[in-house]
Amino acid sequence: MAEEKKLFKVTIDNITIEVEPGTSILNAARKIGGDVVPPAMCYYSKLKDSGGKCRTCLVRVAAGSTADPRPMPKLVASCRTNVMDGMIVENITSPAVQEARKGVVEFLLINHPLDCPICDQAGECHLQDLSYEHGAESTRYEFNRRTFKKHDLGPYIQLHMTRCILCYRCVFTADQVTNKRVHGVLDRGDHSEIATYIEKNLNNDFIGNVIDVCPVGALTDKTFRFKNRVWFTKPVDAHRNCDKCCGEVQLWMRGDEVFRVTARKDEYGEIKDSSKGSTGWICNECRFEKKNASDWVIEGLSNISRHSVISQGKYPGLVKPNETVVEVMNGHAPRLMMNIHSVSEVNKPEIELSKIAGPAHSSDFNSNNA
Amino acid sequence: MPTLTSRAKQVDRRPMSLAEKLYLPAIFKGMAITMIHVFKKKATINYPEQKRPFSPVFRGLHILNRDEEGRERCTACGLCAVACPAEAITMEGAERQPGEEHLYREEKYAAKYEINMLRCIFCGLCEEACPKDAIYLSETFAPSNFNRASFIYGKEELRIPHPKEDPEGYKKALGNRAKK
Repeated sequence: MAEEKKLFKVTIDNITIEVEPGTSILNAARKIGGDVVPPAMCYYSKLKDSGGKCRTCLVRVAAGSTADPRPMPKLVASCRTNVMDGMIVENITSPAVQEARKGVVEFLLINHPLDCPICDQAGECHLQDLSYEHGAESTRYEFNRRTFKKHDLGPYIQLHMTRCILCYRCVFTADQVTNKRVHGVLDRGDHSEIATYIEKNLNNDFIGNVIDVCPVGALTDKTFRFKNRVWFTKPVDAHRNCDKCCGEVQLWMRGDEVFRVTARKDEYGEIKDSSKGSTGWICNECRFEKKNASDWVIEGLSNISRHSVISQGKYPGLVKPNETVVEVMNGHAPRLMMNIHSVSEVNKPEIELSKIAGPAHSSDFNSNNA
Repeated sequence: MPTLTSRAKQVDRRPMSLAEKLYLPAIFKGMAITMIHVFKKKATINYPEQKRPFSPVFRGLHILNRDEEGRERCTACGLCAVACPAEAITMEGAERQPGEEHLYREEKYAAKYEINMLRCIFCGLCEEACPKDAIYLSETFAPSNFNRASFIYGKEELRIPHPKEDPEGYKKALGNRAKK
């Protein structure tokens, strides 16, 4: 097989690129990058067989190939359709695609509770971004949203089934990354839900990664639950020597407290490759047990998209000016009119929220606030 | 020389006439204007006894709202804090436990909620940001004080009176501002 592989020429939104045969339209668009990349809620490049479920990546194929230049009769899911030589694809240039995507978002939101003010995923939620970009402002749905019996998945992972969009990413993760899958999608249609068949804890080695792959707030970190909003914590890249995983993570810090540990994500919200070249899945120990800043070697502030709410209050390259008051006043420090910590009830040094195993309760705040 | 404005007036430097030198006509003219103003309607009011009605868009002291059953509306979503240009708002969230359903409306609530009134500029962006109608700016002034520490308002100071236990206080605090 020494012969050179023939590259397929594909045009997406009038941008032509040459890709290898067998590449999906979505991945070809990701090679171009920028606005032409269709959004994806279920496809995850690091998980085999993912995709084809959410339909947000629909595109129009205006010409199938050079050999058969007829357009495809219907919009196709770009994550599951491979490119052909001479294929012409329309994504943002096609009003039909935009209209269809709006419809898909409406379908995804039909049963979504929209409890973003409570949800810990808010601020880094793909469904939030997607509905912000493509969705309608109001709902036309008049019926009760589906509800579920609550399942407890153990001390690490919190399941909110009402928020789930059934992308199956967590199922693929459990199959492909952990040694044993104990959860799955039960029932059919409107009743289908992510659950363990008999109440079981999700606690096998790498299962924490389902939190990172979940595009919505259905699976969230119980050790971070309700402790802070994502955008008030500061993401920093850090690593440690871990014998189970790559140990390269992102810490979400507030002051010196480590509130949350996640894997590092790329611009599509997917887990980045580690420096060793493999996907940077991280183990449960790194994710849930190492909540001291001293456990980690901190590399510095992570790159945050300027358009993300997480970038608020983060100033990379900030240089604080020298304090000159003490110099000018012959070594006298200015008189402090009030120390905010002596008055404030919030962020008490003796209550370390990041060290509490689960979400904080009224008993964790000693003064009566009933 | 061209004049800088159209309203510039040339100063009259002619010597005064006899009537002007007497001064009395000018003094009577001035006194007449003074007397007219004595009997005119006053522009001011005697503040603590009399109060002016607030404008419907007046932005005063914050109130943390409750629903009609007296449960706190705030879920500590942090949108007021992120909207606050003065960074005056801080909070800590907690999970509602079984048995606390009568206190908090949703499963997450603000265990601590604090507004630094020294920082607050009363812009009302917190009220606009709030998705739960939990905070609004009332028709009251922030009281003055010599002590800085008394301007750190916690939940005790901000919460609206309970609608069942103190219906009058609740109604008064609700005013015309809160959405009903």
